[in-house]
This record gives sequence, structure tokens and C-alpha cells, in this order.
Amino acid sequence: MTTMTDPPRASFRLSMLLNDTRYRSYTFQAIALLVLIVAFAYLGNNLLTNLSAAGLNIAYDFLDAPAGYDINQRLIEYDSQSSNARAAIVGILNTLLVAFLACVTATVLGVIAGVLRLSKNWLVSKLMAVYVEIFRNIPVLIWIVIIFTIMIAVLPGPREFRGDGATASMVLGSFAFTNRGIYIPAPVWGPGSMMVVITFIASLIGVFAYRRYAKNLLYSTGRLLPMGWPSLAIFFVPSIVMFFIMGQPIGLDIPELKGFNFKGGIKIGGPLIALWIALSVYTGAFIAENVRAGIQAVSKGQTEAAGALGLRPGRIMNLVVLPQALRVIIPPLISQYLNITKNSSLAIAVGYADVTATLGGITLNQTGRAIECVVLLMLFYLTISLSISFIMNIYNNSVKLKER
Amino acid sequence: MKKSVIFGALTVAGLAAGAAAAGTLDDVKARGTMNCGVTTGLAGFAAPDANGVWEGFDVSVCRAVAAAVLGDATAVEFVPTTGKTRFTALASGEIDMLARNTTWTFSRDVDLKFTFVGVNYYDGQGFMVPSELGVSSAKELDGATVCIQTGTTTELNLADFFRANNISYEPVPIETNAEAQQQYLAGACDVYTTDASGLAATRATFEDPTAHVLLPEIISKEPLGPLVRHGDNEWGDVVRWTLNALITAEELGVTSANLAEMSGGSANPEINRLLGTEGSLGEMLGLDAEWAKRAIAAGGNYGEVFEKNIGENTPIALSRGLNAQWTDGGLLYSPPFR
Repeated sequence: MTTMTDPPRASFRLSMLLNDTRYRSYTFQAIALLVLIVAFAYLGNNLLTNLSAAGLNIAYDFLDAPAGYDINQRLIEYDSQSSNARAAIVGILNTLLVAFLACVTATVLGVIAGVLRLSKNWLVSKLMAVYVEIFRNIPVLIWIVIIFTIMIAVLPGPREFRGDGATASMVLGSFAFTNRGIYIPAPVWGPGSMMVVITFIASLIGVFAYRRYAKNLLYSTGRLLPMGWPSLAIFFVPSIVMFFIMGQPIGLDIPELKGFNFKGGIKIGGPLIALWIALSVYTGAFIAENVRAGIQAVSKGQTEAAGALGLRPGRIMNLVVLPQALRVIIPPLISQYLNITKNSSLAIAVGYADVTATLGGITLNQTGRAIECVVLLMLFYLTISLSISFIMNIYNNSVKLKER
Repeated sequence: MKKSVIFGALTVAGLAAGAAAAGTLDDVKARGTMNCGVTTGLAGFAAPDANGVWEGFDVSVCRAVAAAVLGDATAVEFVPTTGKTRFTALASGEIDMLARNTTWTFSRDVDLKFTFVGVNYYDGQGFMVPSELGVSSAKELDGATVCIQTGTTTELNLADFFRANNISYEPVPIETNAEAQQQYLAGACDVYTTDASGLAATRATFEDPTAHVLLPEIISKEPLGPLVRHGDNEWGDVVRWTLNALITAEELGVTSANLAEMSGGSANPEINRLLGTEGSLGEMLGLDAEWAKRAIAAGGNYGEVFEKNIGENTPIALSRGLNAQWTDGGLLYSPPFR
């Protein structure tokens, strides 16, 4: 007869929640979660009761009411009779515009400065060090204000372009640099201009096709085709030829001084320029440091190996070092993009109508709906920041080291 | 407990809208100082002098209230507020009263839940342009770039004016008066618009004030006055009747010079009631009998305050106009002290 005794089944007893290390941490986590929920419920309830006691009802009706004010820079139709919601959208588009422009230029600036900071040329590397240290150690608001102040002080007002004794003149007869903004000629689309545009798009595709072909040829046969001038030729020549074939259908609307301001052409407002430059140079300094860190993270052996294979320094940087450095650069770059977007809310300092200035500024002031406006603002910035993170994370996943 | 929790919760939301504390009058007395919201600096209305002492037309109202309540015209903490922060500062209880050329409007009174206790300056929105432009009317401003101080009723008036006259303009919203001034002087805008009194005050600080003209059009009604929170009527009464005391004092000829003589008793019973030698008006207000006397002693009656800070002999050079006593054809008309 065999005696088989089962090992004692550990039956669960309540006391094990405290005494057994396997369960103890769950107990405490559950308690902490409960306390947190109760605390937030209490705070929320408190907020609501006190708001209603103070007679402050949360309502979003004001969004449909006419805004009543005008906005100087708008990407969509808007006038003072449009609703507050539309004013907010105008602001959102302005925020996105300046954030996009600043992200692009800050990246370009940052990469150049970061690479040059590692240059063996003493002067260049020290100049870049000075740029980085000066710009990232002074608050961005001060940069925005100082750049704007310099701009309005140095550039001439439209008045100075007037009359025979004009002290300022237009560059090339068609670009006006004033302290209210830069006026550039706008294209006027005549009949047949569609053909030119189509040709232009086709040649754009052509450039990519050519470069792809050249790359494949290089990989398969080792023959290196010239890249630079054929790309340029494909880019420009067909469009220019088509332009003349169609009888020059695209004209230019050159800005002209009429009354108080320049009329015609495209105006790039002074506040936009100041904000764009300030955000770019400020964040560019941070990105430069990210880039430098990324490059230094690539072991020196890679450079030396590439050099031993006979690659020239430019190609070593572009083909060997930067692709590997990107893995290190991208994650901090994401937070710099988020910073640019959030810092663009300082726009009101120079009178740029971003969403903080329209919805969180004038609309908030005129309607007095502080809580509603601020909640909407928070939601907007949260959404936009999470979207940027999401997109950049997809990109990050595509460039990060693939481990198999 | 409940109150501190809601303040915490609101701070988390980035806001400072709080519940109105009951009994501001008692709070102020207990604290020994009054917190008064003023502008961040507008010559003649509220600006610190070379020694850092705040002075100006709006400041005088704060000082008169402090003198009436606390017996000391200097027991005022001045809190500079911008057009944007002023209402939250008042609603949250950070300041006890706001005297910051704030226009009395329906929505501010009703929707934002404030009590305007009176009008200390009848103003209107005007335009300032450099004289070299040769503009003589606001209707000639088609296409002009206009600097506006943001967070005010000015933006709405401006939009309405240009729409009504069917002319175009380009608005440049500016946060503070100082920045607007800088942009205007640099020629980044052709026109600067805000309340006419503010324009006069700003122009007075220019290097060459004569190179700038105020256009004749006044495009809005801007009754500016001190305000307090809704729901605290005792405190509202104190501020309202302090302002009325200054106005009535001018009407009755009580000045800081003859105050001592007048308070010895006079033939006019209203003067006696005002200065506390007759009746018990101060007691009804929760103050002592000499409250109005101290308020007047702080900076003189309304007329004296006006002349000293923004009158014709000051750089601001504003004439009394609408702000004359009703007996002189103006709009100042205090209810009787009775």
C-alpha cells in the first residue's frame, strides 16, 4: 500500500493578504488606489458644489455666440461676426502653423549646429558652443520679445517707403521688408497655369524616381551616377519650358504701398516672423545638443572603419554616423517638438493670434468663461502633443535598432 | 477645510476663481491693510512714483477707502493687474477691490458677478495718430494698422466701429500699455486706440506729445469705476459711499484745506452728516463717525484728486468734460447723504 500524501494545498486565507509577501503588495496597491479615487471624487464633488454655490455654471453656449473682435492673421475666412468657436479654430490653425514652421527650422538649425559643434575647426566649434549656451540659457519669452523689438526698431515702417524722400525701398522692386511684416509677391493663376503646376508635380516625382534609380544602380552595379545637377535640372527645366509654352500664365501680384499699408502680395506678419525665429533658434540650441549627444554615442570605430573603406568625411557623416545617431536623437527630439508647440502659447507677447490669444485671451476676457476656455485649451494642447508624440514614435520605431 | 480644498482644486485647474469670502470689511479690519487691484502702470491713473509709492487717480480711490476703513491712507497693498488677470484676482479674493479703469458693462456686472459701486471717470474710446499722417477723422483710417490693448472692451468697440463705417483695418492685439506704446512709436502700427483718458495719459509720457493727435471721434461709452465682488453688500456699500463722499464733498465745497474748519460744525446739515458731526451714518456703515472726513483728508475731494492727478495742469491735461459735477453740466451726481 502506497501512501501518497499530496503536498499541503496552500488554501487562501484572509490573513495572507498581510502576512504573505506574494499578496502584500497587492493589498497596499489596492488600498492606495481606493484612497486616490476617494480623494479625487471628494475634490471633484467639492469643485462642483462650490462652483454652483458661487453661481458659476459651466456652459459652453458662448462658443456659438459672435466673437465680436477681429483677428489680424487668419488662414480661414473670419470676421468679427463669426462665432467664438471659429475664432478658436483660427487660433488653432495659427498655433499649428507657427509650430510646424518652427519645428522644421529648429531641426535644420539644430542638426547643423550640432554637427558643426563637433567640428575640428576650433573657431567653428566654439562659435556653435557660444550659440548653444546663449540661446538655451535665456528664457524663450525674452528671446521672442527681444527679436520682435529689434525687428520693429530696425526695419522701416511703411511710411518710410512713401514719396520722393523715401528712406527705404523695396528689395528687387517686389519684396518689402517693413516692421509690420514682410510683403512678398503672390502668384496670380491665369488660364493654363494648371498645366505648369502639373508639370511641376510631375518633375518632382521625376526627381525622386531618378534618385531611386541611381541608388539601385549603385547597389547593383556599383556605378555612381551624379546626383546634384541632374536632380536640379529635372526639378526646374520642364516647369520653366512649360511656363513659356503656355504663354507665361502665372503672373505676380507685387505688393504696393496704398494708403497706410502695402496692399497685394502675400504678407508674412511681423509677430509670426519674430515668434518663428525665436522658437527656432531657442529650440535649435537644444536640438543641437541632442544631435551632438547622438553623434558622440556612435563609437569612433565606425568613423574610422568608414574612413578605412575610403569614404569621404561628408559621406561618413551622412551614410554611417547620422543614421546610427538618429536612434539616440529621435526620443529627445520628440520632447523638443512638444516644447515648441507648447512654447508657441507665448505668442500673445508679440500680438500673434494663436489659440491662447484668441480662445484663452480675448474670448476668455470678453465672455468671462475662464474655466470653460482653459479646459478647452488644455484639451487642445493635450491632443496636439499626444498626436505629435504618436507620429514621432512611429518614426522612432522605424529607425531604431532592429533586434532579431 | 472645504474652502482650502476648493482653492487647491482650482489651482490645479490653473485658475483662481474662488468662492467669495463673506465679510470683506471684517477681513480688511482684521488684516489691517486693504488689497487694491490697480493697473500695471498708467501715468496719472495708477503708477509708482520715483520712490515706489503708488499714486494716481485710481490709487486715490483705494487710499480714500483705506483711510475711511482703517484710518490710514497708506494701509493699502497695491496689486498690479493686467486686463486679463484683474477679474480673476478680484473673484478669487486676492484683492478686496479693483480700481483699474474698468468699464462698467452689463455682462461684467451680471455674468461675471461683480458689483460696480459707481463711476469715477466717464470715458470713451478714442484714437491717437501721429500728426504727420494728416488724418483728421477716424473714418479716414481705412486700411490702417491699429494697436489695441487686449483684454478690454476696446476690441469689440473697434470691430463694431469699423464694421459700421464699412472700412477695413488690421488689429494688433497688445498685452500691456507699455508694449503698445513702443510699437506705436516705432511705427509698427498707425493708430493706437484705447480709452481717451488712457491715450492722453500715454501721450503725456512721449518725448514730443505735440507730434501726436487724438482724433475727435469717441466711439463708445466707457464708464470707469471701482468694483467689488457680488454678494458682499456691506463692503460694497463702504466702497460706494466712500466714492460718493468724495464727490459730494466737492459738490458741497468741502476740501482738504477747509476740512478741519467744516468739521467743527457748519450751517449745512448735509455737510454735518457727511463729516459725522450730526447723525450716525458712519455707524450704519459699520465704521466710526469720522470715516468720510478721513477719506476726504486722504487726498482731497473728487475735484482735488482730479486736478492733482489728471487735471489740466498736469502732463495728462484732461479737462473735466463729462466728469464735472452735475451742477456744472457734468454727469457726477452723488445720491444725498441722509
